Amino acid sequence: MNTQVEIAGVKFKNPVMTASGTFGSGMEYADFVDLNKLGAVVTKGVANVPWPGNPVPRVAEVYGGMLNAIGLQNPGVEVFADRDLKFLEKYDTKVIVNVCGKSVEDYLEVVERLADEERVDMLEINVSCPNVKEGAIAFGQKSAALFDITSRIKEVARQPIIMKLSPNVTSISEMAKAAEAAGADAISLINTITGMKIDIHKRKFALANKTGGLSGPAIKPVAVRMVYEAAHAVNIPIIGMGGIANAEDAIEFIMAGATAVAVGAMNFHDPYTTEKVVKGIEEYMIRYGVEDINELRGIVE
Amino acid sequence: MSVKMKKEAKVLSQGLLAEGIYDLWLETEIAKDACPGQFVGVYPTNKATLLPRPISICEVDRERSAIRLVYRVVGSGTAEFTLYQPGDYMTILGVLGNGFPLVAAAGKKVVVMGGGIGVPPLLETAKRLSEADTPVKPVLVSAVMGYRNSDTFLSEEFSLYSQIHIATEDGSVGTKGNVIDAMREQNVEADVIFACGPMPMLRAIKEYAQAKGIKAYLSLEERMACGVGACLGCICKTTREDHHSHVNNARICTDGPVFDAEDLDM
Repeated sequence: MNTQVEIAGVKFKNPVMTASGTFGSGMEYADFVDLNKLGAVVTKGVANVPWPGNPVPRVAEVYGGMLNAIGLQNPGVEVFADRDLKFLEKYDTKVIVNVCGKSVEDYLEVVERLADEERVDMLEINVSCPNVKEGAIAFGQKSAALFDITSRIKEVARQPIIMKLSPNVTSISEMAKAAEAAGADAISLINTITGMKIDIHKRKFALANKTGGLSGPAIKPVAVRMVYEAAHAVNIPIIGMGGIANAEDAIEFIMAGATAVAVGAMNFHDPYTTEKVVKGIEEYMIRYGVEDINELRGIVE
Repeated sequence: MSVKMKKEAKVLSQGLLAEGIYDLWLETEIAKDACPGQFVGVYPTNKATLLPRPISICEVDRERSAIRLVYRVVGSGTAEFTLYQPGDYMTILGVLGNGFPLVAAAGKKVVVMGGGIGVPPLLETAKRLSEADTPVKPVLVSAVMGYRNSDTFLSEEFSLYSQIHIATEDGSVGTKGNVIDAMREQNVEADVIFACGPMPMLRAIKEYAQAKGIKAYLSLEERMACGVGACLGCICKTTREDHHSHVNNARICTDGPVFDAEDLDM
């Protein structure tokens, strides 16, 4: 039985990854999960300098999911490289570093700083965070801007790059095509969907940022549909995510056209989710006599 | 450091303690590591909910391998918890957070201060302080608890371990006013304070402690998601650079919930 998948020449022992921002750099979840069993750890977004993020409250639960407006708090690339990458050295899993910025130059600085870091297998470029006012999402909602930033990052990147796409767009196919045309090695989707919650007793927004990104099982059907549409628009590999809670959900994404999948908000519900998804995929393959996970990709007509 | 796990815990007993406040004992192996001021995440079973509810540990019974949670019903998740009967199982994540630094009270006059649903975690704190042996033994353990009215839940239990002083908003019991008013009116002496309660109370305690040269440790509350330090949802502003992001934001779930008042930018 083969569970290995390949994206831009990088081989993953299985298709299960962590969604950026829900797993730190793996340190906090290493108490629960054997990181060696995961296809990849995708880190929390890292910028050129430390970012303080948004005021609290930053999180709110909603029906079937949650809203967050963390605002990409991070220690900056220097601390990240010294501490987080060093921590990940002792694990036999691939490392994908999520990169964020407020300007093209910010992104380029991080990408260049990480160019010689051997522990970094791929970069995921976050152009789709809905919780940061400047930059970030501005690059992810217009295809021309996405094309521009993707091509500029490709000029300096040593590792293959994944463009993480926003669902808050009119046409996900158009965005996927722009990323592919600019040379992206892969795309990942979906980031969170912009949402809002109001506390009617306090007559206040539940989040200090007013709006936040919706994640969790509530968004899964939207995510599966968008992965399907993107898979039919481009030929580069797709990492699918959005509300994955178990192996059945993960297989749905693979059948929609994803090469790999990422577990996000459900890590908060059950810190063992990633390992359970890995095991559940193997059980599914045995049950249906699937020899190679790659046979399942895009199999639905 | 104690091991964190997500596990089922058996309900030993549950009852109503005060209006909207429930008293729950759970049998769980995390009891052996649990310290006063730490908390657990409790999961509702409703599939529409995602996140564990952070609830502080009120008491630990190592012999029965049990923890006591005294919680307030604030939404549908905590409302579900009230339905559990002895013999039922609940799922909990724990043990979480750092707890109160009891050694800071060694040889000192220590006052535990709680307000409203901030009262429960101080019971185990008072108990451990009163049971401490030399050289960590405090010279005096006092408790100052603030309530809305005469429904002064847990106050009798505090009197087993400390000299209890009460403040009520309506003046029905003890000093009329807040916990600081009770400190002043009842001449409660303190070298060290351990406190938990609403933010305005904690701010007032920080100010009071600073003015009097008292060392204060405050337990904070915030909306949380993961509970283990990964999501960065529950931060508080600090006066010093935090060790995680270096942006003066500490994570309440893992760096706290208890902080040295001097380190907090409130």
